[in-house]
Amino acid sequence: MKSLKTFPKGGIHPGDFKELTNKEPVRNAAIKNIFIVPMSQHLGAPSECLVNPGDEVKEGMLIGKAAGFISANIHSPAPGVVKEITDIYLASGMKSKAVVIEPSGEFDQLGKIVTPIDWSAMTPKELQDKILESGIVGLGGATFPSNVKYAVPADAKVETLVINGVECEPYLTADHRLMLEKTEEIFKGIDILKKILNPGKVYIGIEANKLDAIEKMEKFAIEKGTGIEIVPLKLKYPQGEEKQLLRAVIGKEVPSGKLPINIGAVVSNVGTVYAIYEAIVFNKPLIERILTVSGSGIKNPANLKVRIGTKVGDLIEDCGGITDDTVRIIMGGPMMGFSMVSLDTPVTKGTSGILAFTEKEVGKNKETACIFCGRCVKACHIGLMPTKLYKKISFKMYEDAMHLNLMDCKECGCCNYVCPANIPLVQGFRLGKKMANKQKVKS
Amino acid sequence: MSSDNKFIIASSPHIHHKDSTSRIMLDVIIALIPAGIWGIYVFGARSFVVIAVSIMAAVISEYAMIKVLKKGSISDFSAIITGLLVGYNMPTDVPLFIPAIASGFAILAVKWAFGGLGANIMNPALAGRVFVFFSWTGAMTTWKAPSTNAAIDTLSGASPLGHLKVSLLEVTGKGPLGGPMDIMADYPKSSCAVSMTEWFSSSLGVNIDPHYFDLFFGNISGCIGEVSTFLLIIGAIYLFIRKVITWEIPIVYLASFGLMVWIFDGLRFGEGLFRGDVAFHLLSGGIMLGALFMATDMVTSPLTSKGQIVFGIGCGFLTFMIRVYGSFPEGVSLAIIIMNIFVALIDRLTVPRLFGFVKKEVKK
Repeated sequence: MKSLKTFPKGGIHPGDFKELTNKEPVRNAAIKNIFIVPMSQHLGAPSECLVNPGDEVKEGMLIGKAAGFISANIHSPAPGVVKEITDIYLASGMKSKAVVIEPSGEFDQLGKIVTPIDWSAMTPKELQDKILESGIVGLGGATFPSNVKYAVPADAKVETLVINGVECEPYLTADHRLMLEKTEEIFKGIDILKKILNPGKVYIGIEANKLDAIEKMEKFAIEKGTGIEIVPLKLKYPQGEEKQLLRAVIGKEVPSGKLPINIGAVVSNVGTVYAIYEAIVFNKPLIERILTVSGSGIKNPANLKVRIGTKVGDLIEDCGGITDDTVRIIMGGPMMGFSMVSLDTPVTKGTSGILAFTEKEVGKNKETACIFCGRCVKACHIGLMPTKLYKKISFKMYEDAMHLNLMDCKECGCCNYVCPANIPLVQGFRLGKKMANKQKVKS
Repeated sequence: MSSDNKFIIASSPHIHHKDSTSRIMLDVIIALIPAGIWGIYVFGARSFVVIAVSIMAAVISEYAMIKVLKKGSISDFSAIITGLLVGYNMPTDVPLFIPAIASGFAILAVKWAFGGLGANIMNPALAGRVFVFFSWTGAMTTWKAPSTNAAIDTLSGASPLGHLKVSLLEVTGKGPLGGPMDIMADYPKSSCAVSMTEWFSSSLGVNIDPHYFDLFFGNISGCIGEVSTFLLIIGAIYLFIRKVITWEIPIVYLASFGLMVWIFDGLRFGEGLFRGDVAFHLLSGGIMLGALFMATDMVTSPLTSKGQIVFGIGCGFLTFMIRVYGSFPEGVSLAIIIMNIFVALIDRLTVPRLFGFVKKEVKK
């Protein structure tokens, strides 16, 4: 085994709890009687809704059109009829327009054998257009439209392409299972990306708690002579954050406020790569994704292939339901996910997991005064001083907080995790950012 | 659509490290206990009374402030630590009102006047001790001989550092004196240390002055909790393992102090540079209690690793200056509280480098 790389400063080591699901093969979630498809599932402008109540839709039909440069297409997850168009609340608490589809009729792709398309004749431009058309966004959680990410400025050259198989959030095993079960497909997806980006060198970063995936990917890469280097990484959260991953893999820092392309790098999640493969080879838009349903509140934790728009409640039911002592339902990972009010909230493109936590996991001590232990400062991989920032924000000194580089905070939750006084640091920073932006707009 | 309202909505992260403030405080108390038991063992049961009075005074003052100001919590154990440390810094035969005043001053004037836990500028226990030290210097420097080395009584219970200081005043300008151990020659030795020296020289062929053993294990006069270097180190190792303290402050403090002693302390004895007796200085006085348990107080030490190193160097330098050139035999308490004052400044000057910033281009 090669020596393990990681990023140098900060980070934490929470228990990963991946053993709950990392041996569970991905299975298809049952198709339920309703799909709620939000028009805002990605970073950027909400999509423009193309359907009206009563309209008939087909599987994979375009129902939301990208509105603007940073936006993404949205497709119907199933054939059926548009029941209504309504406003719903997403897990993040954001309001979004959503198309409610009642499935009926026959699936065009699901359960059928589709002949693969030979894309070798397609130009990079055509591949890019196909990615845009298929509504692909970053599936690691940031949901940044992929076609925008791959639209490299003319003066920049992609020296490195890093495929993100880190999955540093505890509990989540979707990417892990994907790498094990769809190894070949991921490498084909990388071939497509190589054609678009023409990178100098390709790496796949995987954390060392997925040894079987590292082994399988490495074996494949060597056998097929792909020239792709698998980089095993030391276990540390938040290594899956793209800038930290780049620091760990190629040892370079992306300047603050800049994108990886500024240092000639592009990072893509393995899930995204797989989605691109399916879009190009099977002409399948992004209408389903793999996610993990886990946590001690879930009776049968599992990795599921889920159609976008499926209600969280239906997925939980699929996994045997929740235990009576469940106190919190989380969309995403435990470090950065959102706690949800309603089980009717739908799965979106960025949903990497559904977690049901009992008191055992969330069991939080009372908030006490800060004793300046400095643990948050040592945990922050950005180099911020969370305790000072929080103090400024609690005194409503938002401008001062900005001067302490509040905007560089990634809300990864490391400081909050280690805080012995249980101060809600991340919550404070979110508030601070909102208020600071508000003040900026005013002045 | 139905909605289930039994779920708790909270901001991420949804998992937390299980350490809490009270757990950290409890660990410090656990780490301090062995050295206290040794103090009670060698100086007698009155030591226990002194510690108990200190803790009670601290807890009562804390409780009163919590009731009056309606903030904070007694269950974070922080007042107990303050009381414990005040007690550890007292001689056994001190009149009991002195530890009570020290604890009361620590909690009321040093801690709560600034806003309670986390808001104080100086270490409360140390400031309390310094306050009573300058108010009742006589009572605070009257030592009792340990039961394991009772002959010290013939020197009216002088502590090694006090003995050294007094002896040096008597012999100033009388040519080369060797080092602290030559002056300590007339300082009583415990029979245990003498037999250890014999064992070392007969089986290993190493000659170690028995006084070093007395200093290391605590068969000397001094404050209740500071004499046993050995047990304080054991306690500190526990805190290291529990990650309550990090290496920066204690190691840098001891190293910088040791370095200063090694380079300059020989001059006092008419010797040249680089002739100081580092072991003697590291083993005597309150340096271990101070460096391991009081300089590492989270509230009154810098936040960053870099800042903690600067803080440690400052503490080491000041301890050396006060101990060697000051009129008092001991300098740890003063050194630490002076450095406490500089913590805010150190924190300002040791801001960590931000990720993605090439040089120090932190926005001003």
